[in-house]
Amino acid sequence: MNDYLNKTYIILDRELKGYFRTPLASIFLLVFLALSSGMTFFLGRFFERDQADLTAFFSWHPWLFLVLMPAIGMRLWAEERRSGTIELLITLPVTNTQLVVGKFLASWIFTLIALILTMPIWITVNYLGEPDNHVILISYFGSWLMAGAFLALTSCLSALTKNQVIAFIISSISGFVLIMAGFNLVLSAVRSWSPNWITETISSMSFLSHFSRIQMGVFDLSTLVFFISMIILCLWINVQLVQVKKAD
Amino acid sequence: MSDKLINATNLKKSFDQFIAVDNIDLSVSRGEVVGFLGPNGAGKSTTMKMLTGFLEPDNGEIFINNINLKSDPLKAKEYIGYLPEGAPSYSDMIVADFLSFIGKMRGLNNNSLSNRLEEMANQINLKEMWNRPIETLSKGFKRRVGIAQALIHDPDILILDEPTDGLDPNQKHEMRNLIKRISTNKAIVISTHILEEVEAVCSRAVIISNGKLLANDTPKNLENKFLNKNTLSIKVSNKINNVISKEIKSLLKYDDVKIQKTDMSTHTILVSDNKKVPNLNTVLKQINKLKLDVIEANFQKVSLEEIFRKITSDNNSK
Repeated sequence: MNDYLNKTYIILDRELKGYFRTPLASIFLLVFLALSSGMTFFLGRFFERDQADLTAFFSWHPWLFLVLMPAIGMRLWAEERRSGTIELLITLPVTNTQLVVGKFLASWIFTLIALILTMPIWITVNYLGEPDNHVILISYFGSWLMAGAFLALTSCLSALTKNQVIAFIISSISGFVLIMAGFNLVLSAVRSWSPNWITETISSMSFLSHFSRIQMGVFDLSTLVFFISMIILCLWINVQLVQVKKAD
Repeated sequence: MSDKLINATNLKKSFDQFIAVDNIDLSVSRGEVVGFLGPNGAGKSTTMKMLTGFLEPDNGEIFINNINLKSDPLKAKEYIGYLPEGAPSYSDMIVADFLSFIGKMRGLNNNSLSNRLEEMANQINLKEMWNRPIETLSKGFKRRVGIAQALIHDPDILILDEPTDGLDPNQKHEMRNLIKRISTNKAIVISTHILEEVEAVCSRAVIISNGKLLANDTPKNLENKFLNKNTLSIKVSNKINNVISKEIKSLLKYDDVKIQKTDMSTHTILVSDNKKVPNLNTVLKQINKLKLDVIEANFQKVSLEEIFRKITSDNNSK
């Protein structure tokens, strides 16, 4: 068990440092911080709302992640397959699960770093008023969980292709579908012709529905189970895809 | 228990309708260097990918140091060092970090890892490039890094897919010397389509074409087997005109007598017969009658390259 975790950690470590070996990490972090603050202050009307909360900040996260998570995760497997290093990895004494989990965790931790760097916004709102820090903390955690689901989806889809751009596009489109599943527009269109349980199922698959509840400070077990099972399912498919597509 | 470090039987692998490897048996013992020869697309790389556990064979079994690769892949992979075709590596990493990553994944602890890293730096001459990103290295150095990662855990089995491909003659020479140096206590399989490489470093040559194993013997035995004993070549330091040529042909009672101009002052007489081997003494006596000065006489030796061409083209025409 110890050896199992140790090798997963070695993969994670290499992958995480990999983000910082190229300008990718700094560019990503800059873009993430610029967009998340820009959206909070300009689109979210943080000051005009005159409320001591971070709704204006978190409500943009699903849309931000829709583009930024595929950007982080697109290289995870596509690049290994393009450069042929997948052959090195698979002939090492490790399982595909260790490889998939190690790589995924690295990208998820990288996202955590990005989220931690947005803390000044939290400090600002505490300086200006008296926000419910409990809700903010839950929202941060929910945002990170949602980022994990986006990343697991991207990691899984990046095993389908050797081309990072294709991996990016298919991941963004799939993410868009998962967000839109919770949109009222979509749900009312479905509600008009289908039984209630189908609408409920579609709504329950939506990143947006789950994340909206979290933003309100409601963190129930179903949301946790949803994101965690989404991550596990995507990573399981990821392991199978690596096995099937490795030699293509 | 077998003393074979690699023992593969009835290996078969198809991709859709295409049969890449067709019932190949291969075993390699410690101390052996097996040269895997074949035209492009013959199935060399596919076989190597199966031996290293990258691909699963459709049929057949592979034992690595008596461990079944299918039932215990993690244990079996520990004994193998592998250089995939094109020596892929993480180009954004520096040499030291990349080798250290592979070493750790191979289960080396901190002490043995630092010892092995130092040995690799010295043994494979990587010292001056140690802290350089791999993407900035020349092709020769990238290959060396590839070899170093395959050797980092001092494996019993080394599988090298075209280790000298794209290297200049000096680098090729160096790489061959390295393989020879480390070959004494390992089982090594190298694939190549350069025949001189097999002659230079391999104790056994395995020729495959269209996924089938066509020959499996020492380079020397292959040469002997295919030595063209029916053609006698005699070089004379005389100019041979049409008249002499006719005289030679009428004197030598063999099926086929050819006279070729070798250079300005010498000619070569090639004597062959479908039924019997030409007798060297008889032929020389006949030629002496014409007062020709013989400077060289031998049976034509075929190179491994010709053997390779003959075997693989025979197989293709079938």
